[in-house]
Amino acid sequence: MTPQAATAPETRAAGQAHGEPAVRLDRVSKAFGERRVLEDVSFDVPAGCGFVILGRSGTGKSVTLRHIIGLVRPDKGKVFVEADEISMLEGKELARVRRKMGFLFQNAALFDSISVGENVAFPMRRHTDLGDAEIREKARAKLTAVGLEKEFDKMPGDLSGGMRKRAGLARALALDPTILLIDEPSAGLDPITADEIDQLLLGLKEQGGVTLIVVTHNIPSARRLGDQLLMLHEGRVVARGSPEEMDKDDNEIVQAFLSSRHAG
Amino acid sequence: MLDRPGSAVASLLATVGEVSMFGGKAARQAFVPPFEFKETVRQLYELGVRSAPLIAVSGMAVGVVLSMHTRASLERFGAESMIPSGLAIALVRETGPLTAALLLSGRIGAGIGAEIGAMRVTEQIDALEASAVDAFRYLVVTRVIACVIALPILTTVMNFAGMLGGYFAETAATGMSLSLYFRQAFSLIDMSDYIPATVKTMVFGFIIATTSSYLGFTTSSGTEGVGRASTRSVVMSSILIIVSNVILVRLIFFFYPQAGG
Repeated sequence: MTPQAATAPETRAAGQAHGEPAVRLDRVSKAFGERRVLEDVSFDVPAGCGFVILGRSGTGKSVTLRHIIGLVRPDKGKVFVEADEISMLEGKELARVRRKMGFLFQNAALFDSISVGENVAFPMRRHTDLGDAEIREKARAKLTAVGLEKEFDKMPGDLSGGMRKRAGLARALALDPTILLIDEPSAGLDPITADEIDQLLLGLKEQGGVTLIVVTHNIPSARRLGDQLLMLHEGRVVARGSPEEMDKDDNEIVQAFLSSRHAG
Repeated sequence: MLDRPGSAVASLLATVGEVSMFGGKAARQAFVPPFEFKETVRQLYELGVRSAPLIAVSGMAVGVVLSMHTRASLERFGAESMIPSGLAIALVRETGPLTAALLLSGRIGAGIGAEIGAMRVTEQIDALEASAVDAFRYLVVTRVIACVIALPILTTVMNFAGMLGGYFAETAATGMSLSLYFRQAFSLIDMSDYIPATVKTMVFGFIIATTSSYLGFTTSSGTEGVGRASTRSVVMSSILIIVSNVILVRLIFFFYPQAGG
């Protein structure tokens, strides 16, 4: 796999050059009915950073990610993507900000009525003026970057779990996003495939300058991808820092999590 | 014990209210750009063209059966010559539109409910939104437009297929020629029979698409929820079609008194 082929560094947004955070959450709270999922969550993600959100299942990690791309709106607080408050945007403005981001869903969420190649081509067909031949060529290049060049014409249902995830990543990269949101990159994958996905993401960050925001509870993966780790527990931020700083953190929850069996 | 039926009715009315708001939003967005022209055409093919065989075959069967029943009744009065025109009036005014709508609420309603429901539970709708695509406009508005266009056309197909079925039954019984049959069939119907009855199927198309899209869009609870959305789409759109038909027929009689003659 050649991660660098999946990005176009020249398309990086100008906003990243000005030192503003790629993403910022300001005192975000969210409840679904009686269940409080996020409570006063604040953090910022520096541009070009690998930012990993850790925590046990049901602590609000995925909901945090969904806030960032505007799929969920906060009950309280603000969510910024670069200079735009995405939590206040609608319609064309929301679409404009979303085009800066790619989202890899936990189960890839490929459109199962169209081929793998068309899944990757879909965002380009929607948001660019490129011709059909050029779009197909670019989609093929994205799939080649994730090692799926031979699967262009296959239907998503014909792919294995790992292949679906890689196809989902190719689609997330279709518009050369500056920010990539990834929900559980290694969930349901064998260790080798999970490692390949991590290497691919690392390549995007280091060679493409993409800001990675990754949700996971896989500690080895978090250490590989994360320049910064953020620990959520019961909807609240309990710790934040580099992997080394987190190792030294004396918070019991952090230590219990980092030393769990996934830490191996 | 008394509480349960009451709450079921309240729940049904609440859902009808939510479907109405959902439909209102779809109707408004149908006239506001950007128009999803390509996807609408695709839906017209999927929902309309691919339903044509079902409608044609069913229409023909309905025509044969109606013709046989009509013959049995009219023979007693020596009025067999009225069979083609009687059958045409029955088909064009009521049987064709209502049967087509109910058949399509089964085929299209179940399909839309299941497809959008599956997209909801597998996060494909979220993936559309994350790709900066307005999922409501892309999935719902396109299907609503396609159904509103397809229903009158498919109803016309059903009417013709029904008349053709009637002809087969009639020619088998009496050897009547095709030209004589259709001359008689069209002798008593005019545009005031055809247009209001066929235009009302646009409302049926709107009901099928909005109801099933709403139930698909609000699906939860995994594959079980998808199955439930599909079943409820058929049940609810069928009920709404039958109930709205009563109101629409009253309106047609009001605006076209000759349609009831």
